[in-house]
Amino acid sequence: MSARVFIPADSSALSVGADAVAGAILAEARRRSVEVEVVRTGSRGLFWLEPLVEVETAAGRVGYGPVSSGEAAQLFDTDFLTGGAHPKALGRVDAIPYLARQQRLIFARCGVTDPLSLDDYRHNGEFRGLERALRLGPKATIEEVLASGLRGRGGAGFPTGIKWRTTAGADADQKYVVCNADEGDSGTFADRMLMEGDPFLLIEGMTIAALAIGATQGYVYIRSEYPHAFSVFSRAIERARGAGLLGPSVLGSGRTFDLEARLGAGAYICGEETSLLESLEGKRGQIRVKPPLPAIAGLFGKPTVVNNVLSFAATPWILEHGAKAYAGYGVGRSLGSQPFQLAGNVRHGGLVELAFGATLRDLVEGFGGGTMTGRPIRAVQVGGPLGAYLPASLLDTRLDYESMAAVKGMLGHGGIVVFDDTVDMARQARFAFEFCAKESCGKCTPCRIGSTRGVETVEKIIAGRDRQKDVELLRDLCEVMTDGSLCALGGLTPLPVLSALDHFGEDFAKTPARVAAE
Amino acid sequence: MPGATLPILHDLMEQFGYIDDAAIPLIAEALSISRAEALGVVSFYHDFRRSPVSGRVLKLCRAESCQATGCEDLVSHLAVRHGVTVDGVEEGSGIHVETVYCLGNCALSPAGLLDGQPIGRLDRDRLDAIVAAARGRTQ
Repeated sequence: MSARVFIPADSSALSVGADAVAGAILAEARRRSVEVEVVRTGSRGLFWLEPLVEVETAAGRVGYGPVSSGEAAQLFDTDFLTGGAHPKALGRVDAIPYLARQQRLIFARCGVTDPLSLDDYRHNGEFRGLERALRLGPKATIEEVLASGLRGRGGAGFPTGIKWRTTAGADADQKYVVCNADEGDSGTFADRMLMEGDPFLLIEGMTIAALAIGATQGYVYIRSEYPHAFSVFSRAIERARGAGLLGPSVLGSGRTFDLEARLGAGAYICGEETSLLESLEGKRGQIRVKPPLPAIAGLFGKPTVVNNVLSFAATPWILEHGAKAYAGYGVGRSLGSQPFQLAGNVRHGGLVELAFGATLRDLVEGFGGGTMTGRPIRAVQVGGPLGAYLPASLLDTRLDYESMAAVKGMLGHGGIVVFDDTVDMARQARFAFEFCAKESCGKCTPCRIGSTRGVETVEKIIAGRDRQKDVELLRDLCEVMTDGSLCALGGLTPLPVLSALDHFGEDFAKTPARVAAE
Repeated sequence: MPGATLPILHDLMEQFGYIDDAAIPLIAEALSISRAEALGVVSFYHDFRRSPVSGRVLKLCRAESCQATGCEDLVSHLAVRHGVTVDGVEEGSGIHVETVYCLGNCALSPAGLLDGQPIGRLDRDRLDAIVAAARGRTQ
């Protein structure tokens, strides 16, 4: 039997040379006439170890990383195929504390299996969620999702079961299921990893939703910055269709559901659900005024469930293990697990799926190991570009919806970006406005105009001519944007701005050295 | 195909590298929308270029995670060392560098996408090599 070697084909792993490593190992195996089967997987999400090479041994899967293509010969010399000692040896991968300490419900298979192998997927016990949903029928399926306490993982945290129930109750000749895979928040990559590493899980979750609400057609809107995820996911759809998971009779049930992947076009605003629907319809991605809710009048005016990748991906687990088991994870009204994403200036960046309630310190210091530069942590932005910048003194904040709201922040899609003490927070505040100005859809005035006025006002504060007056003006502007914007882009841009101002006021009070010298 | 506008525009981008103004009336007619609507869609999305660029295309992430790891230093390095202005329109520089916000490679920031190929942990040396290769000469 040939040895089995696992090397990720996840785009992050590719970005540091995973393809070259796979090629070098195969070439070296040929040179030595050793039979090696290389399986390309998703990533485990331990990105500082990428490219991470795993080998199946009698003692389980052992890892080597980060491996460079130049190290292939050396790996063979040290008998890595039987788990031999090597400076890059990591031992059993599932025993690496970073992984062993996680509670992986959604990401259990990511990085372990061949993402496009339906046999692998079945072998790991899947479709059990969908099979149970088919047995339960629509109503009980929705009850199960409601009882699990699952809230939308895209950022807004709206109860998923309520969305499903509303759409199920709407009377229409056609309904849709739409997956929001427009993961635009900086510091987030969980949707991408899942689509590249375990796409059938998302397909299964969307199918469960479709059967529950009575939709026959689904769309996955994937951002164009993720060309690799789009390609992997499109191939997964074809295979699912070929295997009867999608199509006129889902798993032989006689119920119809089909899926299509669509590519975004580089507009952050299309992560907002109504913009996304406009974009899917072929229009400018301008947001719609709500009501009507998409659940009642969504895509092409029809009742539509729009959920994030991670929300759909949580439902097979919920259906398989039951709502009660899922709700056993988490705290308060934040139930289940959240795939957190550690990014920015952090030593051990990656995906950390945990039950809600861990502290930010656990994440950035415990898992992340502090900053990559070795300098002190000064600020941590949680929840993407519309999330608050929290100072090191708030690292003991718990990561759940309510605790984050209590410190005037938000969890968003679970992205955590670490900055060291060289960061200039006034510049970060200015960037928040710049980003809003660039990405605003232009529909409402507070966002379209307010963002540009915001850039100017922060610049005036930095220049320091009449700082007190300008700070007052800035706060006033933020209030208008918060209260008067139609969607989260304009409405939440004040969050990073005000948190920077409130927690790091000193950065706004530096008179530029050049001006002082004149 | 319902909502075919974006797929059509992506196809044009792939085929020609940009969307020529001459294509607007054709798109409008094919989709039974007005020329204004077609132009409105093209101009709304950052992906759809209205004029061609030459050479390789590097999308450089300048969002928060990459800011935290020095992407702005790379932007000035490109300008100072190579005379390449990010988002600038330069003829014959062999490489076109444009800003993107997030490539989902934030654990290995700073990140880039070179003609669709992901690059992690970008630094000055890596950038120098990319520019040199794009200009067809060795360092």
